[in-house]
Amino acid sequence: MDAETLAARADARRRWGLAAPAVAIITLFSILPLGVVLVYSFLAPGDFGNVRWQLSFEGWFSVLFERDIFDDTISLSDAHLTILGRSVALSLATTLITLVLGLPTAWFIATRPLHQRAFWLFLITIPFWTNLLVRTIAVQEMIRSEGVFNRLFLWLGLIDAPIQMMFTNFAVLVGMAYVFLPLMVLPVYSAIEKFDFRLAEAGYDLYASRAYCLRRVILPMVRPGIIAGSILVFVPSLGAYVTPRIMGGGKSMMLGNLIEMQFGQGRNWPLGAALSLTLTALVLAALIWYTRLTSGGRRNG
Amino acid sequence: MQRLTLTTALVTLALPAWAEGTLNIYNFGLYTPPDLIEKFEQTYGVDVTLTEYDSNETAMAKIEAGGHGFDIVVPSAAVVPIYIEKGLLLKSDPNQMENFANVDPAWVDVAWDAGRAYTVPWVWGTTGVMVNTDVYKGDINTTAIFLDPPEELKGKINVVPSMNDVIDMALWSVGGEACTTDKDMLKAARDKLVAAKPFWASIDYASFEKFINEDLQASVFWSGAAMRIRAENSGFAYGYPKEGFPLWQDNVAILADARNVENARLFLNFIMDPENAAMISNYTGYGNSITGSAAYMTADLLAAPEMTIPDSAAAAAHFQQTCPPEVQDLYTRIWTDLTK
Repeated sequence: MDAETLAARADARRRWGLAAPAVAIITLFSILPLGVVLVYSFLAPGDFGNVRWQLSFEGWFSVLFERDIFDDTISLSDAHLTILGRSVALSLATTLITLVLGLPTAWFIATRPLHQRAFWLFLITIPFWTNLLVRTIAVQEMIRSEGVFNRLFLWLGLIDAPIQMMFTNFAVLVGMAYVFLPLMVLPVYSAIEKFDFRLAEAGYDLYASRAYCLRRVILPMVRPGIIAGSILVFVPSLGAYVTPRIMGGGKSMMLGNLIEMQFGQGRNWPLGAALSLTLTALVLAALIWYTRLTSGGRRNG
Repeated sequence: MQRLTLTTALVTLALPAWAEGTLNIYNFGLYTPPDLIEKFEQTYGVDVTLTEYDSNETAMAKIEAGGHGFDIVVPSAAVVPIYIEKGLLLKSDPNQMENFANVDPAWVDVAWDAGRAYTVPWVWGTTGVMVNTDVYKGDINTTAIFLDPPEELKGKINVVPSMNDVIDMALWSVGGEACTTDKDMLKAARDKLVAAKPFWASIDYASFEKFINEDLQASVFWSGAAMRIRAENSGFAYGYPKEGFPLWQDNVAILADARNVENARLFLNFIMDPENAAMISNYTGYGNSITGSAAYMTADLLAAPEMTIPDSAAAAAHFQQTCPPEVQDLYTRIWTDLTK
């Protein structure tokens, strides 16, 4: 055996050794629990929560279908599809709102002089100092019937009676957009920061209008940041639990709330497990789309 | 010499902590009187830690998971049999305790713990409707308040997400029974709930402030909570739905894996004392099951319409029960349909 092979082997060993803690943690706390969830989704529900060790596909069946409570006909589960649809729609809307608000913010920060940027970034991270629950309740205080906005509008004479904003999809959207905004700003900022502004100048020199320059020069360059931000917002939005529960008043559930109900009052753990895996699958689909978009982008162009 | 003094000082400081120990109580939120805890701590030199939960399901999930460190839990009557069946409770024989003689005989041979081998009564109450009578002047002793709401209350109603209570009330309003397997009745109850939902503002364990500030004007609510809100905003009144309403009791039990069993026993005995039981009622606004405690209750509490079920409503009271799993499954699907 020559020295080169030995060195290569030692190198491989060292790499594995260095990766081992991360691999161990992922196996222990991510893959194993996911395995438990997978196994539970194929069992029968226990009488008062928990599971009975008996193979059953009922949990997976109930994710999309239902036997009518009253005449046993099988149909698509209207309730679950509505909740699924609402989760995806609200998450997409949240992503769009954070993008519209986040892109100019990131642009503003990235175009400040170097020594000022740290300060603006620091302002963006301030919300992370406070617990999510506290922040959500603070937003609720702003928009409830007797809250800050309604009182202000009443005082200004803009409205005659308080607008019901709390406990609506609008409230959920406001709450989620507020909570997830920093997750959009930060990756977009880092993309814009790397942007070489001489390219924009070159565009202007070649008689590009401002809008054309933005569309054909700047946006394509910062696209990876926009996509990363969108994923960072979209994925946790899908599984959001606290915000829809507080801002939505428990009237219209999102996926996270539906899953919680199966493990709580519903006492149907297999359905809860199957729904959790459905959520995981949705996230995975979004991530695959993301990798395609970022790695295969050249082929389209 | 100096060293000796220091050691003595340290021992003196440390003494209360290790000599008498601690007690960890796990109870519903806004449900444990601070003065009761203080009195218990002073009487026995025990350091009490209180942790709160919002629903029986939350509590049971946490206790089943283990490693919680709690000694005492306060399950509702409907879930006590589940706790016992799962082996989560210690058979602490409260019926052998010194103060057990004070327990009202009517609350001893109960269905969920015959003869009281596991649990001691905490308080009992009802789930009814609470309405701001400044806003709505009509009859409030009806489930129509939330199932067929009057114009004045529409959009200002909350429903507590106490799934079984709410579906039970809907079933009674259409002439059915709680935990029924009669699908026509279940269908009628579901349709009624789904039709009423657009008029509700929220399905939430709403904080008292939302009513006191009149963000919300009506709610399916617990009698004691309604009484505490009335104390802050006199417009609110509590109604006993004539169609039917749940009657329930919460019970104090020692957990099978409790670490401070002796202190927990002391606490169980302590709350069966009339004066201490009265402290619980004065704070929560619910009746207890200890004879002689009325002598220590405040005049306001004794006169409270929320605490005494009027004779006219007595027939409509139904004791909360544990539905069999197949019915619970139907309840869950109705609830999902309602909150989708």
